Amino acid sequence: MSEAWIAVVVIGAATVALKGAGTVVLGGRTLPERFDGVVVLLAPSLLAGLVVVQTLEGDSGIALDARVAGLAAAVVALVLRAPLLVVLAAAAGVAAAARALGAA
Amino acid sequence: MEAKTIMADDAVPVESGADGRVALDRAEVAAGARAVLPIAVAATAFGVSFGILAREAGMGIAAPIVMSLTTFAGSAQFASASVLEQGGALVAAIVAAVLLNLRYLAIGISVAPSLRGSLARRLAEAQLAVDESWAVAQEAGQVVRGRVVGAGLMLMVGWCGGTAVGVVGGGALGDPADYGLDAMFPALFLALLVGLLKDARARRAALGGGLIALALLPFAPPGVPVIAAVAGVLLGGRRPA
Repeated sequence: MSEAWIAVVVIGAATVALKGAGTVVLGGRTLPERFDGVVVLLAPSLLAGLVVVQTLEGDSGIALDARVAGLAAAVVALVLRAPLLVVLAAAAGVAAAARALGAA
Repeated sequence: MEAKTIMADDAVPVESGADGRVALDRAEVAAGARAVLPIAVAATAFGVSFGILAREAGMGIAAPIVMSLTTFAGSAQFASASVLEQGGALVAAIVAAVLLNLRYLAIGISVAPSLRGSLARRLAEAQLAVDESWAVAQEAGQVVRGRVVGAGLMLMVGWCGGTAVGVVGGGALGDPADYGLDAMFPALFLALLVGLLKDARARRAALGGGLIALALLPFAPPGVPVIAAVAGVLLGGRRPA
């Protein structure tokens, strides 16, 4: 088996297991009340982490580039209560413009 | 309050396909697909990029497409293909990808209570819970099952279709970053996060998660800042009785 196929099989199996572990362990039941209160907070904490990482992650450490301008445009659109499509278009449009003007 | 009661009634594990509750709500499936459509367009463009990178990494044609179908996670696939393309060790490629996908442990736990049907069915549907489909399926602290399935299928079509185009030589459109498509992903997560910040516990958890990720980003290996952000839930505090 080539290196590529070993990577595909091992990474694929690991990812399938990671995604499915919660389902196997929790067995499709609603969580106990106390645990449930914590799981509800997974979404805000993980989404906030994703926003930070996907805006600022560089090849090594933090990189400030056109994504920051794009996210700033999204913030403005959100403050103006624009629909999601407009928020996404503003982020892409401003990031693209910043890159065209020379931002990394 | 009423929604909570309904959830409790639904909580009995359903093993039979004959029960109506196993069937997916088609309106929710369509809503999920619709909600994720603009991001699916961006995911398709990045799928093409991944296909091109994978080909340059000598992964051939079938392996990258199989990877997009099974691993179905952009950042991990880019990371492992980059390591292989630069002539790095196979183990390094695998470790990088697994670290990046550790967050799926948390997403899997978050989505599990919403899934219905046999274990095989629930496991299959859990595979469709990727960052973007899971994010658009959020409602009142729950994941809406039909929405995560509809959005996940839409993303899978785009991501795998894009990969196929990339490996067979497509790339005429150039770098998706030139169109700012990379900025759409944090914008989506922010827009969905804002909708969750109505109560103080969620706000504390979000602030905690964001700060943890920011603090770790300068030195932690890729993937670690996001999974560590999950510790933000500890800052949420107790639920008011």
